[in-house]
Amino acid sequence: MTLVRDYFHFLYRCFRLSFVGNWRYHLWMFALTVISLIGLNAYAKQFVQGLVTTGMTDQVSWGLYIANFTYLVGVAAAAVMLVIPVYIYKNKDLHNLVIFGELLAVVAIVMCLMFIMVDLGRPDRFHHMLLRFNFPISILTWDVIALNGYLLLNLHICGYLIWCAYNGRKPTKKFYIPFVFIAIAWAISIHTVTAFLYSGLGARPFWNSAVIAPRFLASAFAAGPALIILTLQVIKSFTGYPVADKAISTLKGIITVALGINMFLLVSEVFTEFYTGSSHSVSAKYLFFGLHGYHGLVPWIWTAIVFNTVALVFLLTPASKQRRILNLSCVLLIIGIWIEKGMGLIVPAFIPSPIGEIVEYRPTLNEVLVCIGIWAFGFLVYTILVRVTIPVLYGELRIDKVHTAEIKSDQELKSSVVNANVSQ
Amino acid sequence: MKLPVLGKNGRQESAKSAGCGCSSEKRYEMRPGLTRRSFLRRGTAATGAVAAIAASLSPLRELGDTDDFSVQKFLQKHYKEMDGKDMASALERISKEVEKRYEVRPEIRDIKPMDGVEFVYALNLTRCIGCRKCVHACVDENNQSRDPEIQYIRVLEMPRGTIDIEQGNHHYDHATVPSDDHYYMPIQCHQCANPPCVKVCPVEATWQEPDGITVIDYDWCIGCRYCEAACPYWARRFNFAKPSIPKEKLNTDMGYLSNRPRHKGVMEKCHFCLHRTREGKMPACLEVCPTGARKFGNILDPNSEVRKVLETKRVFVLKQEVGTLPRFFYYFDERDPINERVPTRAGMEAHS
Repeated sequence: MTLVRDYFHFLYRCFRLSFVGNWRYHLWMFALTVISLIGLNAYAKQFVQGLVTTGMTDQVSWGLYIANFTYLVGVAAAAVMLVIPVYIYKNKDLHNLVIFGELLAVVAIVMCLMFIMVDLGRPDRFHHMLLRFNFPISILTWDVIALNGYLLLNLHICGYLIWCAYNGRKPTKKFYIPFVFIAIAWAISIHTVTAFLYSGLGARPFWNSAVIAPRFLASAFAAGPALIILTLQVIKSFTGYPVADKAISTLKGIITVALGINMFLLVSEVFTEFYTGSSHSVSAKYLFFGLHGYHGLVPWIWTAIVFNTVALVFLLTPASKQRRILNLSCVLLIIGIWIEKGMGLIVPAFIPSPIGEIVEYRPTLNEVLVCIGIWAFGFLVYTILVRVTIPVLYGELRIDKVHTAEIKSDQELKSSVVNANVSQ
Repeated sequence: MKLPVLGKNGRQESAKSAGCGCSSEKRYEMRPGLTRRSFLRRGTAATGAVAAIAASLSPLRELGDTDDFSVQKFLQKHYKEMDGKDMASALERISKEVEKRYEVRPEIRDIKPMDGVEFVYALNLTRCIGCRKCVHACVDENNQSRDPEIQYIRVLEMPRGTIDIEQGNHHYDHATVPSDDHYYMPIQCHQCANPPCVKVCPVEATWQEPDGITVIDYDWCIGCRYCEAACPYWARRFNFAKPSIPKEKLNTDMGYLSNRPRHKGVMEKCHFCLHRTREGKMPACLEVCPTGARKFGNILDPNSEVRKVLETKRVFVLKQEVGTLPRFFYYFDERDPINERVPTRAGMEAHS
């Protein structure tokens, strides 16, 4: 009983702590809340009127929602790029940072689930999944298990470690190390299963390729750690939490290799599509060069290719030793891979339709607002998670066995928070 | 353990600011000195937050008059789990909904497949003139939404000399059909024996019936549109908006798994007019066809017309390589009436 009460008290303190910060923190949270609510408003409109509020049609029946979903599965999976060095290769520099990767995975999966929910025509019937679950025939059911399982694994690992820090005791290895190793395999599986979702469809030759799953993983392991590099720097500059330069350069190495593999797989795919000249390559033709006067995706994919190439060149040359260039490369490849997975992978498979009709896809404003809303909500949740985790890790937010002492410790906490804010 | 009284009060007060990220408060500790001013500020912030959330959800007010949501609907079982009583009450509910919306009592029933029947369609490409009468007869028969428009049949105008559907024109619009140097290829659900759409559905809302027809439980579909991505024949349609049918256009002869009115957010598709064909009638698209290009029947019956067609004509299926085993066959007559200018082909008005 005491444990339960302590736990809820901990959650309550975290909740309160999430409102504490300097004006920049408040401005940031306020902006994210407003954008999230704008997204919620857009979704409410969609809920009432139906998916007609999106740019999707019977021809292009999946769009931005599924594109963002796919991208974020990659971000979630990429957390293993911190976990593997730490738990398998015993990397010391990344040791204190791995939790931020795992928290990022939690948030990414939550966002994935939100993108799935907003894509459903009948979200009110979601419980039908529990009543008649077409497992193992439908790959979508595999994805439901993979994503929710990964969410639970990471919630457990992060939650347990933070809880132990809050209680000021050393984590018991058998309570989390086995789960860390399961999560490593599971991370690979979430993106593989998501790739199989597409590559298993004979109706869509553009997806029906064995290279989809490896490409998903390669691009995820570039874009995810790039996002983590940027996030770590933000955390460092706003909280003073130590982020070793060596940790950044380890991640940089991972990104470089992954991006290189991704580009190689892209070349393999483009060669196979175009050299044979079979009619199965019409979607690729539409994507890269346009088809019968329709070329809505051409600027997107070439932007992605240029961004990714420039990022790779920077990363391979000494230029990226400068932090600014490294950050620029990260931004470029995050955008590049986002385009590649969304406009470059989901949409073109629907153009032309399986019976040869060309209908282009243009997301509507409402659809874009829903997406931005979910992203803002994701940032909001991640900010809160990082906001409460750091004082716990520092030992500033700690359980008090005698509750009467609480007021004092809260005041100490407040002063330490103010100090942290001042010191940035 | 006993909590201090002040702390308890403070807790209650601070709970009011729940869910508010827009508060400008900087104070963290509020328990010992909860002033009137900070209380007011918290109250204002909390009220603001609630108001902001309410405002962003305001479009939901328009949900009021729809019959999309009800307890009975929420609790309704999957088609295969319903017993006679469940089905009777579901049919009664649907009848009432239709009556309320269209002011007419429908004749709705759950028609089971017949024993020893497997339906097959055969389409004579030599005879089809591309008039699109089948497209519209299908819409009228099956209560498809007129706005936004949903059609199960798509007719392609094909250049002669190819059966590559990539070459087809979907939007031909001549004053008369057929046009020279073209033939016409209607495409609808192929009722595959190995249907990819059924495989991918995460909730088993679509399945193949014993007579070969792939159906959808419109009350079970969650609208993920995975089946739409999986279909190689582009046979499935999604209700992106609330379907609308003019009252006088409603077909009141309805089947539970076929042409009863659909909801917003669910899939639908051709079901070989099962409310007709399971009672011995022909599909609407066949009945309306002016050239007799369409043949339909029970492939297990050795004397059926489709059986004869499959035995004697050089039939083919679309996209055989994707392994779907369609029950929809195409064939050409060995005689070529396009060059012989068969009289019935001339002067047909094009519907578009």
